[in-house]
Amino acid sequence: MAQVTKEDVLRVARLARLTLDEQDAEAMTAHFTKVLAYIEKLTVLPTDDIEPATHAVTVAAPLRADCVTNAPDPALLQTALAKDDTFFKVPKIIE
Amino acid sequence: MDLSQLTISEASQLLRRREIRARELTQSVLARIETSDPLLHTYLTVCAEEALAQAAAAEQHLQTPETASPLCGVPIAIKDVILTKGVRSTAGSRMLADFVPPYDATVIQRLKDAGAIIIGKVNCDEFAMGSSTENSAFFPSRNPWDLTRVPGGSSGGSATAVAADQSLASLGTDTGGSIRLPAAFCGVTGLKPTYGRVSRYGVVAYASSLDQVGPVTKDVRDCALLLQTIAGHDPKDSTSVNLPVPDYQATLTHGVQGLRVGVPKEYFVEGMQPEVEEAVRTGIAALTALGVAPVSISLPHTEYAVAAYYIIATAEASSNLARYDGVRYGHRAAQSDGLVAMYEQTRAEGFGSEVKRRILLGTYVLSAGYYDAYYLKAQKVRTLIRQDFLQAFQECDVIATPVAPTTAFAIGERTTDPLTMYLSDIFTIAVNLAGLPGLSVPCGFDHQGLPIGLQLIGKPFDEATLLRTAYSYEHCTTWHKRKPTL
Repeated sequence: MAQVTKEDVLRVARLARLTLDEQDAEAMTAHFTKVLAYIEKLTVLPTDDIEPATHAVTVAAPLRADCVTNAPDPALLQTALAKDDTFFKVPKIIE
Repeated sequence: MDLSQLTISEASQLLRRREIRARELTQSVLARIETSDPLLHTYLTVCAEEALAQAAAAEQHLQTPETASPLCGVPIAIKDVILTKGVRSTAGSRMLADFVPPYDATVIQRLKDAGAIIIGKVNCDEFAMGSSTENSAFFPSRNPWDLTRVPGGSSGGSATAVAADQSLASLGTDTGGSIRLPAAFCGVTGLKPTYGRVSRYGVVAYASSLDQVGPVTKDVRDCALLLQTIAGHDPKDSTSVNLPVPDYQATLTHGVQGLRVGVPKEYFVEGMQPEVEEAVRTGIAALTALGVAPVSISLPHTEYAVAAYYIIATAEASSNLARYDGVRYGHRAAQSDGLVAMYEQTRAEGFGSEVKRRILLGTYVLSAGYYDAYYLKAQKVRTLIRQDFLQAFQECDVIATPVAPTTAFAIGERTTDPLTMYLSDIFTIAVNLAGLPGLSVPCGFDHQGLPIGLQLIGKPFDEATLLRTAYSYEHCTTWHKRKPTL
C-alpha cells in the first residue's frame, strides 16, 4: 500500500500553488492514503503491451493558415482583477 | 393550464399555433421558480429581465412559424459551468463568484441562434467535481422528490430544474456521470453525447478528455431536439469532431425491432439496491417485448474504471485549474507578499475542499517518480476499457445497465467519505473513459418514491440509435409523466 506522509502532501501543495493549513494537510494525507490504496487495484492488470489512451476519440490536430484570426479584445480586460492601461497587473516580480 | 409543465415539443407547437406567447410561457416558468426555489435551491442566477427580452425577440420570429426553430421561445436553464455573455457564470465556485464572461459558449450561441430563452444559471458541484451538488460553494440543491435527499451531481441543478418544472429543459455537463446520475435521481432524461459531438468552447474545463455538454429534458423527444441544436463541429474546439449530425427526430419513431441490447454481467453487482436491479431488469424485459434481442455480454475491466478515472480526471483537473491564478479573472487574495504568495493565497481562498483534493491528487500522480505508476498506467487501463466496449459492440447495438447502484441518498450521507461518494459513479464513469454516448431514462421508483434510471450506452456517434431505443421504451411506460409534489 502506498505510504503517503504529510510532507508528501505539503510538497505537492507547493507544486500546485496551494497554501494548506495544518488541519487541511492532515485531512488531505488521510484522503491520499485511502484513495491511493484504492487505486492500487490497477497494479494487478498486466499492461506492458497496451498503448496508453490520451483521448477516447482520435482526431488529427486541425491545421489552419498561420495568420492572426482574433484581434486583441478589450472586453477580456474587463474581468482583470487589477489592470494598468491595456495590461493585467500583478505583484512585483523583479526587484 | 400551468405552462411550466409543458415539454419543449408541446410548448413549441402551441407557440407556433399562436395559442400561447413566449412571454406568458417565460412568466409561468419564472413564477414557478419564485415559488419553488426557496425549497429546492436550484438557481444561482435567475435572468428574469434578459429572459423576457429574449421572449419578445422570439415572438418576432414566431410571426413566421414555418421558419422558427423548435426551440424558439422555449426557456432553458444552463449549468453554471457554461459561460453566458454578460451573465455571471460561477462554476459553483467562490473563485468565480463574481465572474461575468465577455463571451458565450458555443452551445449558448447555438441556443440563442435558435431563439431559445436562457432563463437562468443553475447550481452544480464546484467545477463539476462531485456527485451530489453538495460541493457547490453556495448551497446544496435538493431533490424535488424528497427534500432531504441530494439531486445527484454534478449537474444537480440542471436535473432539479427540469424535474420540478423550473425550466422546460436544461443543459448539463458530464465528465464521469454528471448528467446521467442527477437525471436518474430526479426522474428525468439526460444524455451525455459521444466525446467530440458537442463543442466544449466556453465550458469551464474540469477534465478535458472526458467533459461533454448534454441535454436534460422531460422526455426523449425533447432530448433529441435539444441535442440537434447543440451538436456539430465547432472550429473553436479542436476536439469537436467534423461529422454530419443526423436528423435525430426523423428516426425516433422507427422502432427497435431486431436491435440487439447487450446486458453486461459486471453491472449487476452484489450490494446494489434490489429495487434498482429489479426496475432495470424489468425495463430490459419491456424492451425485449418491443422486439429487441437481449444479449449477455461482458465488460471485464469495469471494476477498474473508477480507479483509472480518479487518476486521469484529477491529473487533467490539476492542469486545467492552474489557470486560476488571480490575474485575469476570478478571485484574488487581498493581501499577499509577492507573486507566488498571491497565487497560493488566492487558490487557498477560492477553491473548496473537494477541488483542492482533486488538484492535489492530480498533481501527485503527475509528479516526478509517480507518472508511470499512476498516470501512464491509468491511460493504459483506459485503452482496455474502451476495447471492452468496442468488443461488446460486435455483438450488440446498445448496452443497457443501471445508472447508479442506489436511488438518491440523503444530504450529508456521503460527504465525510469522498471515496464512497466517488463510487456513486461506478456505472457511469467507464462510458466517459471510452468516450461513448450514454443516456438515462426513467424506469421506475423505489418504495420511498425515489426515481430509478435505466442507462443506455451507444456506439461512438450513434446517438440516433440510443434516442430511438429510449423513445421506444418511454412510449411503453409512464414513469416520465410522474411529477414530484412540492
